[in-house]
Amino acid sequence: MLETGLILRALARNKIGALLIALQIALTLAIMVNAIFMILERQQQMQRASGLDEANSFYLTNTIFAQDYNIISHLQTDLHTIRNTPGVIDAVQINAVPLSGSGWSMALQHQPGEDKDAIGAAIYLVDEHGINSLGLTLIAGTNFSQADVEIRQDGQSTWPSKTIITQAFAESLYPDDWQAAIGNTVYISQHQPMQIIGVVKALQAPWNGWNGVERSMLVPFHRASKGSYYYIRTEPGQRDRLMPIIEKALAESDKERIIRRVTTVEETRARSYQQHNASNKILITVVITLTLITGFGIVGLAIFSINRRVKQIGTRRALGATKGQIMRYFMLENFLISSIGVTLGCIGAIALNIWLVNTFNFAPIGVELIAFGVIALFIVGQLAVLYPARKAALIPPASATRTV
Amino acid sequence: MFNYYLRLAWISILRHWGLSLLMVSAIGLGIGAAITTVTVNYLMSSNPIPEQSEQLFYVQLDSWDVNDPFDDGLNPPDQLTYTDATNLMRAKQAFRQSVQAQAFAVIEPTDPDMLPLIVNARANTADFFTMFNVPFLYGNPWSQASDDNKEHVVVLSKASNEKLFGGENSVGQSIKLAGNMYRVVGVIDNWQPKPRFYDITTGAFNDTEDIFVPFHLIADEKISRSGNTNCWKPTGDGFQAFLASECIWTQFWVQLNSAQEKAEYMQFLNAYVQEQQQLGRFQRPIDNRLSNVMQWLASQEVVADDAQMMMAMSFMFLMVCLLNTVGLLLAKFLGKAPEIGLRQALGASKRTLFYQYIIESACIGIIGGILGLILAYFGLQGIELLYGDAMKDLATLDSKMAGLAVVLALFSSILAGLYPTWRACHIQPAQQLKSQ
Repeated sequence: MLETGLILRALARNKIGALLIALQIALTLAIMVNAIFMILERQQQMQRASGLDEANSFYLTNTIFAQDYNIISHLQTDLHTIRNTPGVIDAVQINAVPLSGSGWSMALQHQPGEDKDAIGAAIYLVDEHGINSLGLTLIAGTNFSQADVEIRQDGQSTWPSKTIITQAFAESLYPDDWQAAIGNTVYISQHQPMQIIGVVKALQAPWNGWNGVERSMLVPFHRASKGSYYYIRTEPGQRDRLMPIIEKALAESDKERIIRRVTTVEETRARSYQQHNASNKILITVVITLTLITGFGIVGLAIFSINRRVKQIGTRRALGATKGQIMRYFMLENFLISSIGVTLGCIGAIALNIWLVNTFNFAPIGVELIAFGVIALFIVGQLAVLYPARKAALIPPASATRTV
Repeated sequence: MFNYYLRLAWISILRHWGLSLLMVSAIGLGIGAAITTVTVNYLMSSNPIPEQSEQLFYVQLDSWDVNDPFDDGLNPPDQLTYTDATNLMRAKQAFRQSVQAQAFAVIEPTDPDMLPLIVNARANTADFFTMFNVPFLYGNPWSQASDDNKEHVVVLSKASNEKLFGGENSVGQSIKLAGNMYRVVGVIDNWQPKPRFYDITTGAFNDTEDIFVPFHLIADEKISRSGNTNCWKPTGDGFQAFLASECIWTQFWVQLNSAQEKAEYMQFLNAYVQEQQQLGRFQRPIDNRLSNVMQWLASQEVVADDAQMMMAMSFMFLMVCLLNTVGLLLAKFLGKAPEIGLRQALGASKRTLFYQYIIESACIGIIGGILGLILAYFGLQGIELLYGDAMKDLATLDSKMAGLAVVLALFSSILAGLYPTWRACHIQPAQQLKSQ
């Protein structure tokens, strides 16, 4: 690399031009790396399993407006109707839908008392059909039995004596061994004992942005409430056919309530992560455009610097430099500028990340991502300079003697 | 002279069209991205009630668990308990005051063939409408007396009035909610404050409600409440026990017209909390807050993190585009060294050269700015499309932003052109002429 010194001396005569490219590369690296990091983080969040059989499930709201209405007997009839519709695997009344954005939460604690630490979780009120309807996997313990299911009046403060929790929640309660949860008694609402009878693999809370999104619990309750959800799981491929059928059957069986918002779980997921998706699309556009701008900037500047040096290049060629050597000169020049750029860029990327961490509770960025950005920008630089460098190599030696 | 420079600039831009295109697109993209994100941030942080925002205060009291403070003790709870809200309401110590909560209702049709209608409702007291300058199309707000006498009255939104009464003046008519008849006293004209400052607990950019009903209906269980409920202490059985509980679910606003009124109200709040402490409540240190509209929105961070992050990034993006332009202009102007040398030898002053090249930079900037404006328009459409309801009404370009785009483009292109122009003016004519 004898040429390196030569190139550096030549660059020193046109410091500003080189510095401008270097700065551009630095900023591009800083933005690119952080943007990709955000994209990956969101992607990861979106890929977390909800625990549900998402493709084959839907739900609807049942709003009763009549004054004298036997909610529980109607509930039994409704569930019976839905469960016996051909194509339906199972159905359940539930108080909230995972990922939907609204729901209930309660906290469990090991010891009773007001001043004891408690861990919060989403709470779903279901019956013994809950696990099958939601499509959950029971990995330890047992399901509720029909006898466990109590009727809950609105505003009731007491809870059933049994619960099934998610593995993630069991791990928070029993960090040493989540399986220890089975059969143990915990306390809800500060004082009420509750026995953990089962653990399901996964069931997300309704709030995707909550850091406890994997902590959920099921309790055996039928709600005597004027507003509730029916959650229905169908055989594969039957969902879209059954949605209008069940809506119609329920709506026509009883005119004293409104059946609304018949929604698939897939729609709910899409809506839940709409902002994530939108941000990711924007960030991807930003990264691509930025790389293109930087790339084209390098092309433009290289062409100009070559046009200004036609005579010198011709002279070098006349003095015996090969085409390859001329090309190498410009490639190497770009490599040196890029090196300054990415060095500054690494500092910039980390600085930007620190700002994001401090201002928006962002996670710190990984080294491998920065390394990826560095390599990517080196490649972009070399690709961008390829065409101008080839043009330079094609300058005939005779141009040394021509006047411009 | 100016026209002559313009012509020169135009010729130069066309001659190096590839380079010009590159510069114009770079500036256009940079400005487009910046204006898009600035618009979203600007609309998210705009003042929804500028004429009154300094006089309206949101009340916070720290009624939370002594063992596990709300928000780790940084801020008092974001809503009030029913007990406190009704006590403050009854005390009437502010110029105006209003308690409110979110609710929902089913409007039962009088015509049996029509379907019942589920509506979002706001349960509030009379002052709500006057405090928040709610515009009325027909009729008026209900009176304080209506609140005191627990009358069944309702105010409809313009859209509900269209659905229920075909848009006619429905004042004096009745609607049926949960088995009871309610008299329409007023219909609201178009009213969509963004952010919806009066209640941001369920989303700062939600639409206003379909109907407005008196707050007392909630306690009488004539209307169902919804919205955000947060409890730290177990409650007893039944709705009355819930009302008496430490759960927070109401919002309380007061209007205070001077610093003195504010100070007096603060004193009253402190005295109230001390009194409640005697009763065994409010075990945490006194931390009462009165925040005006903009303070309240700022403390609740209604501007989405995403929007702020994107704005910061778009400005860095603009920086890259400008660096790009500086480099390209520098290359272009220095490429013209022989021409510049010749013009100087023929008597052109540095000043004339400076004007000429700065005008050329500005031309590129203006074209870039216009392109940027177009891109921002499409960018905002894209944002609305991608984000859906979350960005409704938050992605529209107004004249202010359009002006900002052009000024930003002009300013940044002149800034970008400054150094290259300066270099161009300092070319030594003798050297250039010699080499020719």
